[in-house]
Amino acid sequence: MDALLQFLFSGLTVGAVYALVALGFTIIYNASDVVNFAQGEFVMLGGMITVFAFEAGLPLPLAALLAILATSAIGVGLNKLAIEPARGAPVVSLIIITIGASIVIRGATQLIFDKQLHRFPSFSGDDPIHVLGATILPQSLWVIGGALAVFVGLWVFFTRTLTGKAVLATANNRVAAQLVGINTGWVMTLSFGLSAAIGAFAGVLVTPITLVGYDVGVALALKGFAAAMLGGMGNPKGALVGGLLLGCFEALTAGYLSSQYKEAVAFIVILGVLFVMPQGLFGRKSTERV
Amino acid sequence: MTGRNKWISLGVLALLIALLPLFFPSGYYYRVGALIFVNALSVVGLVILIGYAGQISLGHAGFAGIGAYACALAPEHLGLHPALAVLLGAVISGVMAALIGKPILRLKGYYLAVATLGFGILVSMVLTNERALTGGPDGMNVADLGLRSLLRDMGWRLSGGEFWYMICGVVLLVGAWLALNLFDSPSGRAMRALHGSEVAAATVGVDVPRQKLRAFVISAVYASVAGSLLALQNGYITPDVAGFMHSVEMVTMAVLGGVGSVLGATFGAAILTLLPQVLTVFAEYEQLVLGLVMVLVMIFLPQGLLPSIARRLKGRDE
Repeated sequence: MDALLQFLFSGLTVGAVYALVALGFTIIYNASDVVNFAQGEFVMLGGMITVFAFEAGLPLPLAALLAILATSAIGVGLNKLAIEPARGAPVVSLIIITIGASIVIRGATQLIFDKQLHRFPSFSGDDPIHVLGATILPQSLWVIGGALAVFVGLWVFFTRTLTGKAVLATANNRVAAQLVGINTGWVMTLSFGLSAAIGAFAGVLVTPITLVGYDVGVALALKGFAAAMLGGMGNPKGALVGGLLLGCFEALTAGYLSSQYKEAVAFIVILGVLFVMPQGLFGRKSTERV
Repeated sequence: MTGRNKWISLGVLALLIALLPLFFPSGYYYRVGALIFVNALSVVGLVILIGYAGQISLGHAGFAGIGAYACALAPEHLGLHPALAVLLGAVISGVMAALIGKPILRLKGYYLAVATLGFGILVSMVLTNERALTGGPDGMNVADLGLRSLLRDMGWRLSGGEFWYMICGVVLLVGAWLALNLFDSPSGRAMRALHGSEVAAATVGVDVPRQKLRAFVISAVYASVAGSLLALQNGYITPDVAGFMHSVEMVTMAVLGGVGSVLGATFGAAILTLLPQVLTVFAEYEQLVLGLVMVLVMIFLPQGLLPSIARRLKGRDE
């Protein structure tokens, strides 16, 4: 029982990061129908920039804020330079563009910073907290709390604010949104900036636990993508649940079966879900229009 | 594409393969040439899947991995001749593709992408983790094909590079010929019809799931044979052959050259194979340049390089 709880704690921590990446996927997908494979690089950038700003002497909160703002700007740049010029391109081309962009970001990071692994201190120390016989790091609570806060924040943003509703309208029908006076170009910019900021935020939260290097983004993008698919692409609730579930699956597999194959089980579960529910757990059923 | 076009494509390809060595300043270029042909072969398979049938796969490196490791494992454990191991790998890949293709080809777009991606990652994970069998991430040696020494005994002396350049060139030609034949066959027409619209194709009697599956299986066999050839010519193989980035490279090559055409596939494979060789001088910038090329080509030449150039030459604007 203690072991199970311990595995669940670590699963929820990792899962919260996947959920944040998946939320980033969801926002961009809703606004533009693009699956942004560079999403994992935002997490990496958040961690890396914070590390170097912190080592340059900035206080940690300021370094983190700088990292989030800078990454957000890079996200907006990605949209302006690579996604908007390719508007209307087929899925294959868009996949290649965003993967290409992720390679560019990785290559540039490795040139500007370095190839080492880095970390900065945890926010509230490293003394584990004892809960019912299991332990959890204070930083894990930051990660899980951060994911929940972002989810609630997004929920409020999308249901209570005019701008949020404009994004939803654009997601539903781009042309109709334009007709009622929504600046859909601005919505795209906003979505990429927001999504990159959320990714960077995840990177800031998780770096004290998992460390950060220029190449941590690929695996995160794949897991986040898988989590978003598991929950049903384009659904924020699905992204949150999909991410947390995926993290728990991995942790339980690593704990009870084999740590080598923990990632395998994640993908097997996803294949299984797609076989049975091709739209994911919370996805809407779509019909093809002729 | 008319019958005449088919023979022009094949003729151009054959001439290129035969004449290029005249310009090779050193034996190293035979190696690079052979590598281009191997990559082109798997990309021709993807042309069938993506270009003809309009499906996507981010996991075809998994089939290349199966082909490669069949060549590495079968001679050692089953006592099979390496040439038969290529066949075994192709059969295993085909059967695997049929088994997983049946459920996942119902999916579309990004959902199909993640399902194939999952398959590819599972294969590469097994190859990386089963150390006892595959040697893990360090890879393993692959037995020699034995054909080159046979030729030497018959009095035909070839360097390793020359030999593999020939073999891979011939296999690529055969692969291209089969793919071009498929294009105008009833199956090829059905695939292209469902690419346009699945509903419309089904309405005129195309068995959509069956044709999708056929394209998937054929392209898997191409990738598998390419993986086998890669393992045999290097004499060594690592799980990277089945990795996610290899799948991405394959798809990029296909789209880069022009995903509808076999010649374009070869062109795309050539460019993306040569790029890292040229860039070794600026090793630091390799990733940066590779990524930029991918993004820029997709934005400015969305049809792929070859069709865009062809259109420019004809002097017709879109």
